Amino acid sequence: MYRYDEFDHAFVKARVAEFRDQVERRLSGELTEDQFKPLRLMNGVYLQLHAYMLRIAIPYGTLSSRQMRMLGHIARTYDKGYGHFTTRQNLQFHWPALKDIPQILEDLATVEMHAIQTSGNCIRNVTADHFAGAAADEVADPRPYAEILRQWSSLHPEFSYLPRKFKIAVTGAERDRAAVQVHDIGLHLRKDASGRLGFTVYVGGGLGRTPMIGKKIRDFLPEEDLLSYTTAILRVYNLHGRRDNKYKARIKILVHETGTEELAAQVEKEFEALKESELKLPEADIQAIDAYFAPPALPARPEGDAALKAATATDSGFADWLRRNLNTHKNPDYASVTISLKGIGEVPGDASADQMDAVADLAERYGFDEIRVSHEQNLILPHVARADLKAVFDRLVEIGLATSNAGLVTDIIACPGLDYCALANARSIPVAQQISTRFASQARQEEIGDLKIKISGCINACGHHHVGHIGILGVEKKGAELYQVTLGGSGDENTSIGEIVGRGFGPDEIVDAVDTIVETYLAHRQDKNEPFLAAYRRLGSAPFKEALYGREAKAA
Amino acid sequence: MKLLTANRLIDGEVVWLAADGRWAEDITEAEIARDEEAIERLEKTGREAAARNEVVDVNLIDVEFVDGAIHPIRLRERIRAAGPSIHPDLGKQARRRVLAPV
Ligand code: SF4
Repeated sequence: MYRYDEFDHAFVKARVAEFRDQVERRLSGELTEDQFKPLRLMNGVYLQLHAYMLRIAIPYGTLSSRQMRMLGHIARTYDKGYGHFTTRQNLQFHWPALKDIPQILEDLATVEMHAIQTSGNCIRNVTADHFAGAAADEVADPRPYAEILRQWSSLHPEFSYLPRKFKIAVTGAERDRAAVQVHDIGLHLRKDASGRLGFTVYVGGGLGRTPMIGKKIRDFLPEEDLLSYTTAILRVYNLHGRRDNKYKARIKILVHETGTEELAAQVEKEFEALKESELKLPEADIQAIDAYFAPPALPARPEGDAALKAATATDSGFADWLRRNLNTHKNPDYASVTISLKGIGEVPGDASADQMDAVADLAERYGFDEIRVSHEQNLILPHVARADLKAVFDRLVEIGLATSNAGLVTDIIACPGLDYCALANARSIPVAQQISTRFASQARQEEIGDLKIKISGCINACGHHHVGHIGILGVEKKGAELYQVTLGGSGDENTSIGEIVGRGFGPDEIVDAVDTIVETYLAHRQDKNEPFLAAYRRLGSAPFKEALYGREAKAA
Repeated sequence: MKLLTANRLIDGEVVWLAADGRWAEDITEAEIARDEEAIERLEKTGREAAARNEVVDVNLIDVEFVDGAIHPIRLRERIRAAGPSIHPDLGKQARRRVLAPV
């Protein structure tokens, strides 16, 4: 993985010292809150309901064991013993004291981590496919490009005060596991007819108040033009993006109001001027970054199949887990493992300090020291020999992280919601916990098959509800929580925005409503091979409306 | 009826203004303002405390009495007074007897 060079070290160290000074001046009263707030936000420090929150960047979701242990150390030493992995592949601590944050950042810097650009109207953490560098269906590893974008965008003077925040995602496989079409810029790596690498470029995707699917403005952008073209997009946005209205300031609104064709033309014009500038990526630079992401040397481990056969014969829980929580690796002796942070009835995305340590140990012992955070709030060990899967599973059972539900109905994304978040209208986590408990049965979950439920506690949509097969949005109505349901959303290579099914449900009704939706699907699907999303796309919302609202729906 | 609430600057702890001018960590100790004059007094004290950098995010909240206990009208404020509803073992609710969040 990427290692800091001298410049990176000095830069992060200087930033920690600067923030330490700013916190001291705030605590002594030299800085007012109005002066301090933008400074703390530049360092990932928010004020939430119960305490401050510190959001730590995990570039493209990649962590080493050492880094994961440091997160565990921080959780234990300065927080309440746990952390929350987010849909942006980051980690949030929900209880740090302001006075401790400079020290936390100093500790983080020792393992090459920081919280820069995890807030504010700048280019945020660049996200990528969590199976990057391992997946069998990959064209190329997206992380070197994400790293190039990270370096280019870090404290970029021209793009530090954009009209609004800006999110870039990169994926490198045919199947899009990074939801690139709902990002401000989505990059889909592919090869052209002559075998050159490049990107399909989407712009103006996003969720929130006005969900939009990104518009394709370039079918194939050669890799050497990555920074010049991205700069061109950012320039057009920086110039024309609406600074007059916070709710219209994202690039998706600019694309929508300008029209895709016109916007693409403006970008191309900027790009013409930049194309042969110093932003053009020399082959040698790409290779230098590529080298950091070279896959580990994977020794042949052909004994895997026999080992798995023997183990599954006596352990059905292990067989369940193999069925659900593996992704096909480039090397047939290996697999990528999903460590579910969605135990039945647990808080989605939370991990305790002990669990972080244990996952770090597993990665070190069996996973070539690599861990990933998925935007679905799970952890991934990208390279595990199939022969070692049983040992990994057994240890995961011991630490309570062996739930066999990746991609199933209980693998729910949920934002922190009103249990923590100052912007929330309703709670998300308890809804996730109750749905998870309702669908606890492994047999029933597998009968239902692939089904993504995503829950947000307000319209900001951190829980990606618009692209949930079943999306749940918490709103406040007359002082009470109410949950609005959308159906048919999807955040993959066939992105769609879910449609509101009808009136919302109270906290006591929402789990039954989800159950009704699932039962309706089961009753109407052609057979087991037609997943929920496909069935919904074929059937439309009518049978679901009928089941949820009965006569009420017909009357309407 | 209103209370004045804020977060303590140094650690973010949720606090309410108490009758003796302290920022209390427990909502049951909060001073209740029942008329305009009292509300203005709370607001003034809040502004001064913010100016002294003791607290941030100072707000008046609406409360009522339910079974003899202070009950913030908004769920948000009930959760602030107790801690995350999903973690009875964390926050104020873990430390003492406070109202249940919901
Ligand atoms: S979706 Fe809303 S409630 Fe949930 S974390 Fe984002 S801002 Fe907070």
